[in-house]
Amino acid sequence: VSELRVADTARRASVAEVRLKMADRDGFLAWLFLVPTVVYIIALVGIPFALAIAFAFSDVTTGDSSFQWVGFKNFELIFQDPVFWTSLWNTLWFTGISLLLIVVLGGLLAEILAADFRGKWVVRFLILLPWTTPVALSSVAWLWLLDSIYSPIDWVLRAWGLIEGNMYWLGEPGLAQASVIAVQVWRIVPLAAVIMLVGLLSIPKDIPEAAKVDGAGYWRRMFEITMPLTAPLIAVAALFGAIFIFTDMTVPYILTRGGPTNTTQVLASWSYMRGIAGGDIGQGAAIALFLFPLLLAAVVLILRSVRKMETLG
Amino acid sequence: MTATLATPVLPDTRETDALRRRYGRRHVMGRVGLYFLAILVALASGGPFLWSAITATKLNADLYNPTNNPFLYNLSPTLDHITYLFTSTDFPVFAWNTLWVGILVVLITLALGIPAAYSIARFDRRWSTPMGIAIFFVYLIPPSLLFLSLSRLVVWLGLQDSTWSLVVVYPTITLPVSIWLLIGFLKALPRDIEEQAMVDGYSRIGAIIHTVLPLLFPGIVAVVVFAFTLTASEFIYALVFISPTANKVVSTGVPTALIRGDVYFWQSLEASTLLIALPIALIFNLFLARFISGFTMGAVKG
Repeated sequence: VSELRVADTARRASVAEVRLKMADRDGFLAWLFLVPTVVYIIALVGIPFALAIAFAFSDVTTGDSSFQWVGFKNFELIFQDPVFWTSLWNTLWFTGISLLLIVVLGGLLAEILAADFRGKWVVRFLILLPWTTPVALSSVAWLWLLDSIYSPIDWVLRAWGLIEGNMYWLGEPGLAQASVIAVQVWRIVPLAAVIMLVGLLSIPKDIPEAAKVDGAGYWRRMFEITMPLTAPLIAVAALFGAIFIFTDMTVPYILTRGGPTNTTQVLASWSYMRGIAGGDIGQGAAIALFLFPLLLAAVVLILRSVRKMETLG
Repeated sequence: MTATLATPVLPDTRETDALRRRYGRRHVMGRVGLYFLAILVALASGGPFLWSAITATKLNADLYNPTNNPFLYNLSPTLDHITYLFTSTDFPVFAWNTLWVGILVVLITLALGIPAAYSIARFDRRWSTPMGIAIFFVYLIPPSLLFLSLSRLVVWLGLQDSTWSLVVVYPTITLPVSIWLLIGFLKALPRDIEEQAMVDGYSRIGAIIHTVLPLLFPGIVAVVVFAFTLTASEFIYALVFISPTANKVVSTGVPTALIRGDVYFWQSLEASTLLIALPIALIFNLFLARFISGFTMGAVKG
């Protein structure tokens, strides 16, 4: 026994020695491991971010990339164009409605993903499909689903005698806006559901069970236990969804190209139209800059929810 | 029934029976409701893809007749349009470009991300936690804010219209998430394993290679899947940096090159969507639990 103890103290001593030696070199290694990533991110995220701000005050175009400072001229020009105000307003209200739908539908999907039932694997697979599929491709699938002549939705409505002819989903301003929002929500809800699922699974089982024994019904448990306990994660899910939606141009670009007559234009797509399709990078950059305050607000709110989660946990 | 027989008979059997029946009925109603909702949700999510599958295998004469039931085969199904996709369109080229860009991006992501994650998760420096948070927020900086300046940067690097531009830029999207996931997986591994290996005479790097990497392997596989999916899904950069059809990836090639003016090759378009969507979703489902554990572990302070 004593031999073992000696061996053990010797081992502990050598562990301590190694730890000390490590500590000398760790500082250097810690930097060495991190430097490539930091350099890469500064070069391809940090500098481009600074350039994006600088471009907004310049006359850079796709043809002539020589940099000339023009002050607030780009901003004056984009403010004069009513399409900018449409796209700013669209970005805001599309995101607002999407956020609401994401919370409601994401919660529903999370409940289903958390439940046990036969054939769950297939249901889970189908639920996740909209999120895992490249956005451009699923938007193409929707483009066909909302086709002006062959839309199966129209066919069903005609079969029920609700309409004659066609709805022109992507041709009428109101319907086109609804379609863009629907596709955005459809593709982001699975992500929100997975985040909320994490919250649901982290609730200790005995809390809702005890409430059930005490006679609390489903809705009471939902509003008084599940929702308060998962509120921070619901917020994180909604904010992530919001960021992915208001910075996205793929869905409006593929479905409508911002039309009809720019009624589905959002900041991201309008920035592309001006900056790349129109060739005026300065104006495009100035438009994209308006995404930043929204982004900042979302990030601050996410940080706040995460902090709340830590105090709860 | 056996359960009912096994329970001791209570004094007032009639009352308990009624209660049991009521709860039983409520339970059945709950189950029916659950299945109903599950099917409804599955159809709402997967519906467009089921519709794609029917469309992709329809004859033109069947598809382009607005009076035909769109959900049924009114004429016999056909695989012609899928053959067309592979033999007469650039789809194989797009798929190949997506594949090799994805593989290179994943390799770069791992080469930079594993050491970075290790540094943040294991060397408890003062800056470790803030650095982890900072890297995570890089992920939230959207391509729509950076694409204009990056498009200039790509021109200055002489990479415009080259698929290599995506290899250089895509790690900006994959790296932050991957580092976050890897931090989570690393925190799940006890520190003793490297310490013990170092006591046994390995250097820190030797210990990482011989003990940490093999144990981290399942996490690395999850990162590979996640990073690859992100590169395959990206759209704006691919649209802005590359115009020649032969250098496009699936995400930009399918919606731009398979639509010629006003002529849409719907069956082939839908087939290509499914051919890309299904394998990705399948792999993603297999790894879902691992993604969740990686992200939640990364969020736990430790």
